Amino acid sequence: MKVTLSWLREFAPDIDGDPVELGETLSALGLAVEEMEIIGEVVDGVVLAQVLDLRPHPDADKIQLVDVDRGDGQPLQVCCGAFNMAVGDLIPFATIGTVMPNGMEIAQREMRGQMSNGMCCAADEIGLASGDDGIYILNDAVIDGAELGMPLAEAIGMRADVLWDLEVNANRPDAMSVAGVARDLAAALEVEFRFPDYEITTTDESVDDLLDIRIEDPELCGRFVATVLRDVRVGESPAWMQQRLIQLGMRPINSIVDISNYVMLELGQPNHTFDLATIPAGRLNVRRARNGETLVTLDDIERSLVPNDGVITDESDTIISLAGVMGGATTEISDSTTEVLLEMAWWDPPSISRTVKRLNLPSEASTRFRRGADWGDNIDRAMRRFIQLAAESGITAVSGFVDVAGMTPDRAPVSVRVAKVNGLLGTELTADDMAAHLTSIGFEVTLAGDTLDVVVPTWRWDTATETDIAEEVGRMFGYENIPRTVPKGDDPGGLSQYQKDRRLVRDVLLGAGCDETLPMPFLAPGDLAKAGLPEDGVTLTNPLHAEESVLRTSLLPGQLKAIAYNQSHRNPDVRFFEIDHVFLPAAEGEILPDEREHLAVAIAGEEAPAAVAVLDALDRALALPNVQLSPSSPAGLHPTRSADVVIAGRTRGHVGEVDPAVLEAYGVEGRVAWLELDLGAVLDGPHGNRSYTPVSKFPSSDIDLAFVVGDDVAASRIEASLRKGGGALLTDVELFDVYRGPRVDDGARSLAYRLRFQATDRTLTDGDVADVRQACIDQVVKKTGAVLRG
Amino acid sequence: MSNAADLTADLDALVADAVERLADASDLDALAALDAELLGKKSAVTAAKKQLGGLDPDDRKVAGQAINAARTSLEAAVAAARERLAAGARAAQYEAERLDLSEKLGEIRRGSLHLNTQARDRLEDVFVGMGFTIAEGPEVETAWYNFEALNIPEWHPARGSFDTIFVNLGEPEEVMLRSHTSPVQIRTMENQEPPIYIVAPGRTFRTDTADATHLPAFNQIEGLVVDRGITLGDLSGTMDEFVRAFFGGEVKTRLRPSYFPFTEPSAEFDISRPDGSWLELGGCGMVHPNVLRNCGIDPEEWQGFAFGFGIDRLAVMRYELDDIRELVNNDVRFLRQF
Repeated sequence: MKVTLSWLREFAPDIDGDPVELGETLSALGLAVEEMEIIGEVVDGVVLAQVLDLRPHPDADKIQLVDVDRGDGQPLQVCCGAFNMAVGDLIPFATIGTVMPNGMEIAQREMRGQMSNGMCCAADEIGLASGDDGIYILNDAVIDGAELGMPLAEAIGMRADVLWDLEVNANRPDAMSVAGVARDLAAALEVEFRFPDYEITTTDESVDDLLDIRIEDPELCGRFVATVLRDVRVGESPAWMQQRLIQLGMRPINSIVDISNYVMLELGQPNHTFDLATIPAGRLNVRRARNGETLVTLDDIERSLVPNDGVITDESDTIISLAGVMGGATTEISDSTTEVLLEMAWWDPPSISRTVKRLNLPSEASTRFRRGADWGDNIDRAMRRFIQLAAESGITAVSGFVDVAGMTPDRAPVSVRVAKVNGLLGTELTADDMAAHLTSIGFEVTLAGDTLDVVVPTWRWDTATETDIAEEVGRMFGYENIPRTVPKGDDPGGLSQYQKDRRLVRDVLLGAGCDETLPMPFLAPGDLAKAGLPEDGVTLTNPLHAEESVLRTSLLPGQLKAIAYNQSHRNPDVRFFEIDHVFLPAAEGEILPDEREHLAVAIAGEEAPAAVAVLDALDRALALPNVQLSPSSPAGLHPTRSADVVIAGRTRGHVGEVDPAVLEAYGVEGRVAWLELDLGAVLDGPHGNRSYTPVSKFPSSDIDLAFVVGDDVAASRIEASLRKGGGALLTDVELFDVYRGPRVDDGARSLAYRLRFQATDRTLTDGDVADVRQACIDQVVKKTGAVLRG
Repeated sequence: MSNAADLTADLDALVADAVERLADASDLDALAALDAELLGKKSAVTAAKKQLGGLDPDDRKVAGQAINAARTSLEAAVAAARERLAAGARAAQYEAERLDLSEKLGEIRRGSLHLNTQARDRLEDVFVGMGFTIAEGPEVETAWYNFEALNIPEWHPARGSFDTIFVNLGEPEEVMLRSHTSPVQIRTMENQEPPIYIVAPGRTFRTDTADATHLPAFNQIEGLVVDRGITLGDLSGTMDEFVRAFFGGEVKTRLRPSYFPFTEPSAEFDISRPDGSWLELGGCGMVHPNVLRNCGIDPEEWQGFAFGFGIDRLAVMRYELDDIRELVNNDVRFLRQF
């Protein structure tokens, strides 16, 4: 909502002060200043002039020659590129030496052989607002007594003004008007606020003889006020009105529409005009639409209506207007309109909201209705203001208003406990303090001991409860005047074990040289299939782009895109990790997807063992119970280089390499080692249990053993057999060499292990070591079919 | 047979000669040979000791002392020579092993934590220090958690302002990507008796086209306190304490009246810039009684405040990022800067 200082002063003449400070006051009232501008300052040197003669430039088509009189009666020739002037028109004229707002200095110039001795100005060139293109024609704008040669500001009665663009919250329908902003600001500044008396004259004809209006659905329409205007001539509105509309961001249309908008901006009451000639017998009815009904709205679009929509119908029950949202095409004012039915009503905000949302038809008017317009005296005031403004262009009004009542909101006094208000705000205000703050903005307050009985004004539809009123007290007292305190709970703060473990996981991965990535969770259709994954991602109803229309079920596609992106920027060997949500199909009977927190590690340019090494590092950090790699072919991964990660008997993810076919589909070069875990399940499961074993004080013995074994036997099985055979004496097993080649059979390899034996109670004898060595060998040979290498 | 005096003189000469020869020893092998010759089984001092038995007691005493003195001197001279040679050998080793440490082949590179995570961790740590715990919730939510329980009924104009992204689950517009972190407030209050002191960081969504200043998925942090006697002054003080802890003591805060359906009174909170102007950081307010009631909490017994603001913006501000899309591009040239 934009307001100007001069307009505010029409309601509170004593509003005064530094514009920046006034803006701070508005912000502190909850009317945040988004922008402030000094407007209407006309540069020195621009004067009122009159067009004496217009003639073509002999050697140019796009400019003409203009003789102007700038007050000395002498014709002065200028060259001008605009053609919207007529002889006799009054225009702004920049004399030689004027420095224009854009910094250009006006000088005598020769243009294609003709002298130009100044400049005819468009409105925006001199910092004014106008709805027109071309030179600003001032014929209607000059004040009485203006003379040629007068400084322009003086000639058009222009004073510098302040324009504030305010952010008005949805609970402040009253502040969607100049008057409403003035009421708040006047209260804060403790100056008088009053509405002007809008005196009107009417004809003797009674409106009751002309209109017959019924409200069939009183819940939809709280009040319907109407009258008839005669002698309507649709033309241009006065320049001062156009100027204000433009300042507040509306484009002048014609005299009737402009008054309508002016009244809405000034008093916050939206209004609608019907061509009375199109309404048989002046009969209207307000009801809800029925299924299958339609209306061609003002914009010539046929709208299908549903039963919630409020409509206005005519005598034949034909819909002629979408109540509070948009008028119908058949009853629209036209140039030939001479009689107007002027309507101002109060519509049920939720009903209007639903219709606006369904038809996507927001407007200045419906925004005010949605937030709750004023159903009280303001409607009568706005009617009078409309009629008063219309009278200036010769329009007459018949006597009286039709005023039909529906249901309006309950305005029974709200009982407000002084202690509760202070308890919410953290203040120590008295009942009198609170009453003073509330009455300053139009609330009616009766003191009743420890409580206030508060009648909320009709312009505050959204304000209805004790808490709402506490907010008003706080707002007028000033949030910044409330003492600051810091509450302390009884319990200490902290991260949960899960959150601590997640930080530990990140730290391990950082230590492993991985950079954290956070792609957005959206995928394009086909991304999952391209990654070899089932296409069961949840889809978005209203995606902005098709490429962002599916929720990921795995972190794999996003990581592959990130790797491909970096490879295309000559960074091939990235090491990435990601911890973030994936969205699996909803479980039976659940409405929300099965949302989980996954961990992914992607190491470009490395083979599967690099990912296993990261898994081992995580295992050590988290002390995971019994991590096993179970060879498998998980979707999207290399079928002979991948395994399920089984933790304490439960599959929690996969490790290995990304399937080369998938890499090719994503345009990724080289190999990618991959680890993806259901981190939530891992961290929610048992882990972190460590126990103490005393460090042996006795010497240890190391031996090496090599086994030849078929490729189908996992090294992990050899190790498990060694550990079983070695029992408590075997303290360490390290695989230190893997050999494939001519010295072993095809399809087999040699695995060489270094074993360390140690007892906690004695020094092992050679015999002890020989025995346990043999036990290890026997166990491996028996369990795996491996052969000890000589 | 020489007497004790002769023996002493011989030994003195022997020691003097040995000291000279030891000083000339050029390597450890030569030193070992000398050591054996001077102090070994066949050395002069050993031989002299064997002759002691043939001397009379007085001479034996004098000669014994002379032999011991000579042995001590020889041992000291050998040790000194050994020390000299060892030092030389070590110096030669040092020289031979000289390395240019700026010749770096291979490195242990620690990874970089994403800026968002860094900002989130810092925020969490500040609030943990203020006695808060960290709550989390799903990114896909129902209309109940995202809107209705937060006092935003189906017809409310505020629903439109959230620019919600809906998903194809349930009834139309029943399931959505959460448009704020506030649903976590509801989930927490449903599951936990007051007092409640939580913050809830997480990703939120709006139908914004990605550009230099917008992303359709971004991060917020939400705070919620519900306890007995909580006031707007408590909210104001908490925001101030947080801002001083996070941004530093010179940054000021202020609250301005605002409107959110889920708080009443509502406010925006601003922080001061170095030039004295104000920057809007986020929204806050006293938890609306309807919201408390929706979670089964009696607003007569308990009061609370809530606040929320963007996390990504903090990273953008701190590093003066000119394009917020860098936060989701995952370009290592960006990631590794932090």
